[in-house]
Amino acid sequence: MIRLTTPLTEEMVQSLKAGDQVLLSGVIYTGRDAAHKRLVEALDHNEPLPFDLQDAVIYFVGPAPAAPGEIIGSCGPTTSYRMDAYSPRLLEVGLRGMIGKGKRNQEVVDAIVAHKGIYFGAIGGAGALMAHCIKKAEVIAYEDLGTEAIRRLVVEDMPLTVIIDTQGHDLYQLGREAYLHYARKD
Amino acid sequence: MREIQASEITQVIAQMCKRANYQLPDDIKDCLLQAYQKESYPIAKETLGVLKENLELASQTKRPICQDTGMACIFVEIGQDVHVNGHLTDAIHEGVRQGYQEGYLRKSIVRDPVLERVNTQDNTPANIHYDIVPGDKLKLTVAPKGFGSENMSRIKMMKPSDGIEGVKRFILETVEEAGPNPCPPIVIGVGIGGSFDTVGLLAKKAMLENAKAHHPDPRYAAIEKEMLEKVNALGIGPAGFGGGTTALALHIQTAPTHIAGMPVAVAICCHVARKMEVEL
Repeated sequence: MIRLTTPLTEEMVQSLKAGDQVLLSGVIYTGRDAAHKRLVEALDHNEPLPFDLQDAVIYFVGPAPAAPGEIIGSCGPTTSYRMDAYSPRLLEVGLRGMIGKGKRNQEVVDAIVAHKGIYFGAIGGAGALMAHCIKKAEVIAYEDLGTEAIRRLVVEDMPLTVIIDTQGHDLYQLGREAYLHYARKD
Repeated sequence: MREIQASEITQVIAQMCKRANYQLPDDIKDCLLQAYQKESYPIAKETLGVLKENLELASQTKRPICQDTGMACIFVEIGQDVHVNGHLTDAIHEGVRQGYQEGYLRKSIVRDPVLERVNTQDNTPANIHYDIVPGDKLKLTVAPKGFGSENMSRIKMMKPSDGIEGVKRFILETVEEAGPNPCPPIVIGVGIGGSFDTVGLLAKKAMLENAKAHHPDPRYAAIEKEMLEKVNALGIGPAGFGGGTTALALHIQTAPTHIAGMPVAVAICCHVARKMEVEL
């Protein structure tokens, strides 16, 4: 198990390989469709961003509301391909890591390789469990978007799997091939 | 004529929205447990173990299993001898509003689908389907549907000459294209027949069938079994990390169709295949 703490530098992610299991700690930011659209619009208009993207990690998630006494509600990943239109632009200006689930398109893979980014998968549909890794949560931008607002999260030992590494290797492809190989031998 | 108060329906729907999001129905839970016991590939077994642990935690603490607490899909079977005192549709929407608010469930509905996309902030409107049936009972089914999997569902207007082999190919193509996106292990509903507008609903009803039931026609039951095996042989596995558990269940529903056509729909649900039924 590899332990990492944000911010993630190029050196920290370069040795990660697709399939590696990671425990991530530190500050990460939430963002999904609507927030990504606004971030890219802000870049297009040379407006300041609500947080520093350099070496930052964005978690594709729209959490459920916190019940009384809770830090945050259920908090698992959303499907990442909907952010494909925006992710290359953010990687270009310093974003290091993305956490989500599901396939990315070739443009995103190319941008990950070009800018030494990293794409982590969290287990989809395990939102109640994931909420336990979140120690602090506050909305820092776009509050009008409700669940889609950008939140600053402090996480501790968030269990993740490297899906696409800095070389562009993809666990979804490799994992399936490895299983099929295993099943043939069985 | 049996009288049912609209306010009672609101209360029941609110309760059901909460319960359905905290706890999976027994058939799906059993399928997941069996898959966990049967799965031999280490990363797949480990992932199924995480899902099992998440289910236990959600149910014990009364928290949503998944943060996507869904679009509230409501199926109403209303006996023709029932009279609802008040506005039935409004009562259902109000139940969804109250349930999602009181239950700390996520509000995921936008009013305009393409221009403004502003969140309605109360998860209404619900997606309601009515069937009128004989008798004096009112059956409500609440099935909160997440869109990670909804986005991976497909409809195809196939030709009669495509035959059952065409249907089988379309099922496999749909699951393969979806890959890790819909949070496998998935639950699959296949609708065949009807028309463009009805085949999707047919597939969704197939998706919501008891996971352990089989089609009453042994020919379709055999196809269900064959296709579940073929889907699991794709190797996508839990969370798409590779493994022998890609789907938990696959059901088919058919309807009469036109001489010129064979509409087919494949509805996909994630492993958080929520549904709850109450009969009033």
